[in-house]
Amino acid sequence: MERFWFLTFDGLAAGAVYAAFALALVLIWRAARVVNFAQGAMAVATAYVGYAVVSATGSYWLGLAAAILSGLALGALVERVLMRFAGPGGPLNQVIVALGLVLVIQAVLGMIFGNEYRPAPAPFDTDALTIAGVAALSPYDLWVLGAALTVVALLAVLFTRTPIGLRMRAAAFAPEVSRLLGVSVGRMLTLGWALAAAVGALAGMLVVPTGLGLHSHAMDLVFVIAFTAAVVGGLDSPVGAVVGGLLVGLILSYVTGYLGPDTTPLAVLVLLLAVLLVRPGGLFSAARARHV
Amino acid sequence: MRTTTRRVLAAAAGLALLAALPACADDEKQAAENVPGVSDSEVVIGTHQPLTGPAAPGYSKISAATKAYFEHVNAKGGVHGRKIVYKVMDDGYNPANTENVVRKLVLDDKVFALLGGLGTPTHTNVLEFVKTQKVPDLFVASGSRNWNEPDKYPTTFGWQPDYTVEGKILASYVKREFPGAKVCHFGQNDDFGRDSLVGVEQVLGPVAAKQTYTTTNQQVGPAIGALRAAGCQVVISATIPGFTALAMGQAAGQGFKAQWVVSNVGADYTTLAAQLGDKKVILEGMVADNYLPNVADTANPWIQEFTKIHQKYNAGNPVDGNAIYGYSMAYTFVQAMLAAGPDPTREKLVEAVRKGGFRGPGLVPFRYADGVHAGYGGVRLTKVSNGVQEYFGPAYTTDDGDGAVTEFTEPPTNPPADAVPTA
Amino acid sequence: MTTTPTETAPATASPLRRLLPGAPAGRDPRGSTLLRHLAVAVFAGTLVVLVTNQLAPYQNLQVARVCAFLCVTAGHTVLVGLNGQLSLGHGALMATGAYTVALTQQALDERAVRGWWTLPASLLAGVAVTALGGLVVGLAAARLRGPYLAGVTLAVATLVPAVTTIFTGVFNGEQGLSFPAQTPPAALGAYFQPERWLAWIALAAALLTMLLLANLVRSRFGRSLVVVRDDEVAARLAGIPVARTQVLAFVVSAACAGLGGGVYAMLTATVAPGKFPLDLSLFLLMAIVIGGLGSLAGAVWGAVLLVALQDLPGLLTEHLSLSAGLAQRLEGNLALAVFGLVLIVVMLAAPGGLQGGVRALTARLRGAVRRRPATRRSPDR
Repeated sequence: MERFWFLTFDGLAAGAVYAAFALALVLIWRAARVVNFAQGAMAVATAYVGYAVVSATGSYWLGLAAAILSGLALGALVERVLMRFAGPGGPLNQVIVALGLVLVIQAVLGMIFGNEYRPAPAPFDTDALTIAGVAALSPYDLWVLGAALTVVALLAVLFTRTPIGLRMRAAAFAPEVSRLLGVSVGRMLTLGWALAAAVGALAGMLVVPTGLGLHSHAMDLVFVIAFTAAVVGGLDSPVGAVVGGLLVGLILSYVTGYLGPDTTPLAVLVLLLAVLLVRPGGLFSAARARHV
Repeated sequence: MRTTTRRVLAAAAGLALLAALPACADDEKQAAENVPGVSDSEVVIGTHQPLTGPAAPGYSKISAATKAYFEHVNAKGGVHGRKIVYKVMDDGYNPANTENVVRKLVLDDKVFALLGGLGTPTHTNVLEFVKTQKVPDLFVASGSRNWNEPDKYPTTFGWQPDYTVEGKILASYVKREFPGAKVCHFGQNDDFGRDSLVGVEQVLGPVAAKQTYTTTNQQVGPAIGALRAAGCQVVISATIPGFTALAMGQAAGQGFKAQWVVSNVGADYTTLAAQLGDKKVILEGMVADNYLPNVADTANPWIQEFTKIHQKYNAGNPVDGNAIYGYSMAYTFVQAMLAAGPDPTREKLVEAVRKGGFRGPGLVPFRYADGVHAGYGGVRLTKVSNGVQEYFGPAYTTDDGDGAVTEFTEPPTNPPADAVPTA
Repeated sequence: MTTTPTETAPATASPLRRLLPGAPAGRDPRGSTLLRHLAVAVFAGTLVVLVTNQLAPYQNLQVARVCAFLCVTAGHTVLVGLNGQLSLGHGALMATGAYTVALTQQALDERAVRGWWTLPASLLAGVAVTALGGLVVGLAAARLRGPYLAGVTLAVATLVPAVTTIFTGVFNGEQGLSFPAQTPPAALGAYFQPERWLAWIALAAALLTMLLLANLVRSRFGRSLVVVRDDEVAARLAGIPVARTQVLAFVVSAACAGLGGGVYAMLTATVAPGKFPLDLSLFLLMAIVIGGLGSLAGAVWGAVLLVALQDLPGLLTEHLSLSAGLAQRLEGNLALAVFGLVLIVVMLAAPGGLQGGVRALTARLRGAVRRRPATRRSPDR
């Protein structure tokens, strides 16, 4: 039983990280109806910026702010310079442009910063608090979890309560109609990409200290797992992203702990099939999946 | 339409007949060519390295050092008057790319030999090809025992101590210093981890608990938690640097205090400290092993010579364990080329390595002999104290079978002038 | 994400014909399609054989790899382009074919069963097993759309290392398997270049795949693929069994991937999980989109691109002389950056892929007589 609780906490800590990153994917899906395969690489790029500021100023929070701001800028840039022109070719073209972008970003980061892992200090203690002899969550895990939940709350307010959020949703769901209604669809798309990249940047800053360190490939694995989490939760639902992230984190932890580290990809596939065959639009799909 | 179709068919048939004819002429000529890669002024050799991708951290610096050393040797007149040209090909640690670049090196660039191809899963896949092409495949940069199969792969040679040799020596240290302690094993779920465990259990018997990780899953918490729950007092760890740091970090986070004893592959202090940053204090007390001059020992004559070369030809990179590895391996290659004589052939080079007898920067001799293609036969233990990784105790040698672990008492050699071997 | 907006018009024009500029144009009675495709295949095959006779060993291996990848990309582009089902898992399907061929070849060799027919038999086994795998994935896929299908197939793509490690006894973990290499038949002479023989085998597989797919695309089934992609409701009304068509498309596509994977394994006589990473699956998708989605000629471009991607690293920095520190950072990375940039530029400049670009160009050169409008359906969202 002690083992079970330990694995549960371990899974929640990992899941919080996946949830944060899945949120960024959901955000961009809602804004632009595209899965951004470059999200991981973009987040790494902004994390490099963030940690450069951290080491220059000594303040984690300044670094975090710098990462998020550079995320905003990078997202807007990618949309304005690339995705806008790839868009007419269709979503698959955007996926391919994103994959090309991954190559470019990772290569450029490698050229500038070299191939080594760089330390990514965490702002809070990473030593786990012990509850009844079980190593539970560390203060840092709590910060990650709190940050992810805060972002969800903010997004919920943005998308349901603010005019700009509503316009963004409208622009994504029905671009033609929105245009007729006077919504600047292009601007909404740019905003969507910027916001998503900013959330991605935040997620990147949260993820990197838990892994091997800062490196151009630091988010490769996380991207795959977070994508799974977003799909499990339902790509349209920020709440789904968080639930999906925690669920995937827990399952990976249980499977790794009880069955061994090799079996996790199988477990992920089984989870995906189990969820999607019952609910083809993910756990939190609002309606039956539309046939796109 | 019908007539065009028929015309195309007829033309195609004619072409097909033509195609069958002139196939052979150039092939025969090729078979008669003399020593590939060797001219009066040059010896061209090649390698595959993970310059990009997830295995690039640390390991991508090895070939940079090897290349720098050859530039140094070339500036001093080369080997038997020939300059060494070292072609480094990036394989991103993907075996498909390895197969491809090795074929390019051998078939297209016509290299004389392969030197220091890096990685077990990558290099395993080119063994058959290398054998059929009869290319000397020297000093594979991995401690797998696969390279020591002279009957199957007569031209392939290892260089670093294999993981079983390492495991045996680490375990015998644990047996001596921690009698009766609960000893556990944490390893990569491939040959690296398995060979290491074989060596450890050879000396200690079954370990109290064993856990594995896979490089595509960074969630090592559950494995470390299991070791903690099993009450392990000593953890012998066969991990690559990233996962050494990750595992020791997890252990510290969980309040799990054990003596870590880490394989050389994942224990370079410079690399680990750079990755851990402020958290590098958790490395204090870590025991590991090495077989090359210690980079922290600036008084060591080998380190002094290599640092000179480094500053001249490789200044952009740090002097660390990876660099020393690259220099030392290049040194051994120059020794082998010298032994192969002024008119080297592939056979002569393979024969020269098989004869062995090279002494250089390494603390212990190579095991090369008739029927043995394994590299260094032992290691010496190191320990991190006050942020410095230092040697302690004597060096030990053993084999990968049931041979005893014995002290090696010969003193280390000193480098020749300019650290260029002369004979 | 399932929408496929390129001007895929192969329902009216044979894509294979595009391989051969100046080939006899349209106006063909329906009965001769097979014959015409056959003629083009024989012609293209002969041309490549002639070329391989002039090539050095390594270049022949490149030709062989293009052919192996062509089997995969051709089947993949039919699934994604014509049927609108996105698969990110074709690398795993290749692995299935590759491992089946390796295991079959090993088993036959151990029992000292030899003969010219062993390789075709192994490849056939590879195709069969992979088709079965495709059936399983396809059954799940038929229920899923867009990114959800992408998610499941992405998970499939990451399976290879897990499965090979769990069943180490069969697949030998991450070391993989090796089996006896193919050698040219004695009839070709003692000095016949082995790589040329490999290229010929791969070429035969690629031509067979292209021939079958070209005919399939022009058949009734090929047209139902497109109808199902464009409008499932209309397809149902027209009496096309939507789910069955989708599953069948997956099976066909998987069979091609299995053949390609088997040939790919044969070229080096080894398989290992590391050869089929997630990147491979992503690059396969990239190849068919850049080549021109839904077009078999585009699949040829895609296959060439995949081989170029493997060969590029090292090519660039080899010819630059740089200081050690800088060189170490640029090596590999520079090539990847250039490749990524090229991808992006091609995608922005020619949204229909390379083949779309070629089409537009030839149409313009011909005086744009009956130029197909380049406008695309805006993706239904």
